Amino acid sequence: MTTLLAGPGGRPDAKHAAARPGRFRGMWNASPLTYLTLIVALVLSIFPIYWMIIVATRTNSVVADVPPPLLPGAHGPDNVGRLFDNPEAYFAKGLLNSALASAAVTISTVFFASLAGFAFAKLRFRGKSALLLTIIATMMIPVQMGIIPLYMIMVKLGWTGQLQAVIVPFLVTGFGVFMMRQYADQAVPDELIEAARVDGCTTFGIYWRVVLPALRPAAGVLGLFTFMQTWNEFMWPLAVLQPDNPTVQLSINNLANAYFKDYTLMFAGTSVAILPLLIVFIIFGRQIIGGIMEGAVKA
Amino acid sequence: MTTDLRPSRNGPPPPPPAKARPRPARTWRTRLARLDVKGAPYAFISPFYIVFLIFGAFPLVYTLWVSLHDWELASGTRKFIGLDNYDYLLTDADFWHATVNTLGIFAVSTIPQLLIALLVANALNRRMRLPTMFRIGMVAPLVTSTAAVAIVFTQMFDTNWGMINWVIGLVGIDPIHWSSSRGWSWIAIAMMVDWRWTGYNALIYLAAMQAIPKDLYEAAAIDGASRIRQFWQITVPMLRPTIIFTVIISTIGGLQLFTEPVLFSVGTPNKMDGGPMHQFQTITMYMYDNAFGHDRYGYGATVAWALFVMIIVFSLINFLAVRRTGGTK
Repeated sequence: MTTLLAGPGGRPDAKHAAARPGRFRGMWNASPLTYLTLIVALVLSIFPIYWMIIVATRTNSVVADVPPPLLPGAHGPDNVGRLFDNPEAYFAKGLLNSALASAAVTISTVFFASLAGFAFAKLRFRGKSALLLTIIATMMIPVQMGIIPLYMIMVKLGWTGQLQAVIVPFLVTGFGVFMMRQYADQAVPDELIEAARVDGCTTFGIYWRVVLPALRPAAGVLGLFTFMQTWNEFMWPLAVLQPDNPTVQLSINNLANAYFKDYTLMFAGTSVAILPLLIVFIIFGRQIIGGIMEGAVKA
Repeated sequence: MTTDLRPSRNGPPPPPPAKARPRPARTWRTRLARLDVKGAPYAFISPFYIVFLIFGAFPLVYTLWVSLHDWELASGTRKFIGLDNYDYLLTDADFWHATVNTLGIFAVSTIPQLLIALLVANALNRRMRLPTMFRIGMVAPLVTSTAAVAIVFTQMFDTNWGMINWVIGLVGIDPIHWSSSRGWSWIAIAMMVDWRWTGYNALIYLAAMQAIPKDLYEAAAIDGASRIRQFWQITVPMLRPTIIFTVIISTIGGLQLFTEPVLFSVGTPNKMDGGPMHQFQTITMYMYDNAFGHDRYGYGATVAWALFVMIIVFSLINFLAVRRTGGTK
């Protein structure tokens, strides 16, 4: 909670800190023992992902090999082909569904959260502080706690088994609103908003032309984390969707149910399922670290 | 835009615009502008409240209502039974078994996780080559999909073919039946959790460590304190609020543990059982199995509400603890 409260407000300080490495970069040079610790930690972090890719590119005999192979084989395309041909996994559909759901939830969360964050940071209206407090309170409530009535709502709406069931309930989060409020509070000068208003801008026009561009860094981090979270979601899709119309996580679950001895097939599935996340990670690794270190991630 | 602003702030107010405009048009415009100023904030925040009320607040409260019923969706049974479900919960050995599992997995995962995270953060807090590479490496696990990685780990923990038994075999330890023994299955699941979250916690600690004033260390060094002593007597105490925060966050996450144990049950008839002896069934799996597996939505809601109360208690402890220590950085 409080790390969240520190929020993106810490950003300018962090920038100054980078300019003065003496103070913030630690006191001493790393010793060989430090490097050893870090290299061991790094290898342990990366190894399972690496091993997954190795198995995905080999044949099933790989699990019996002693010692286990540490280099990729030549069967990657084969395994991925078997994955998409597999009738029980609905893998292509799972990928498409996950892409659609993650994109929809991400765009909507960033849009609505920045809109509300702007209102809470910069506009005056009755009941503002009480409403903001309720938003902070909602961040403490795990969505899964209401999963049973949520499922009943989906039954009533006739949405069970349909993709909107994993999109609509997550269109905006209290966490997103709060994070954008914290950022907007210090990233958008009041003078700029006043000037735009004097020029005859509507409130939405101010948001669109002045505030949203200023919020871009925070919106990017929120978008990244929202995308990863939606892509990663397992329990709610498992409850509300059917095996024949899955998200990608349910596709690999289908594989694990039916083919749990076919390791190369399963590992090809898990590799493809985390591919978009790995791409996001390789491109935006620094922003993700920045987000975590500023406390922008909720566990 | 900004050039217009300056005279209006420093000099006299600008002349009222559009004096020549016909009257009716002007009131229409002002009214619209006032509506915009008054109404826009509410319009901007309303999407969150609409979504939250329908899909967040209502289900949470309704869970309580459902838990007072014998409620089956498939058969259409819906009977008000008051607190009977709660009565049953208190004496339900399966629920308490799942609670012990959940807390057990939590304990064997969180303690090493946070200790290792502290050590790694302390190492990352040095001046070094390639700091970004090390930091990025630490969060790679967080960015992968839980379900995918749980499948990979489950294979690695396989009794006959798993890499982990092969590695411990190299040093002469007999193969461990990871999934069949209660204690070992907890440890296997804890390792999946730790693999994912240690780097995240390390980065949180690193951020807090960077805020500790350097003078403290300088003073301690002048007094002749060793680095290990500085770590335990300066770094750890200064990080206390952050440590409390991570403990509570891990607790909330740990209480809801679901994906890893479900996928660790690979190849068993009911994946929500947590093994044939329910040896690693968590509370969330038990709730899920009651509602979606056995059509006992009423009792499932009771379990959910019990879990929610546990989470609230821990959140309150968090709030009070952090308040008492004066907040984190």
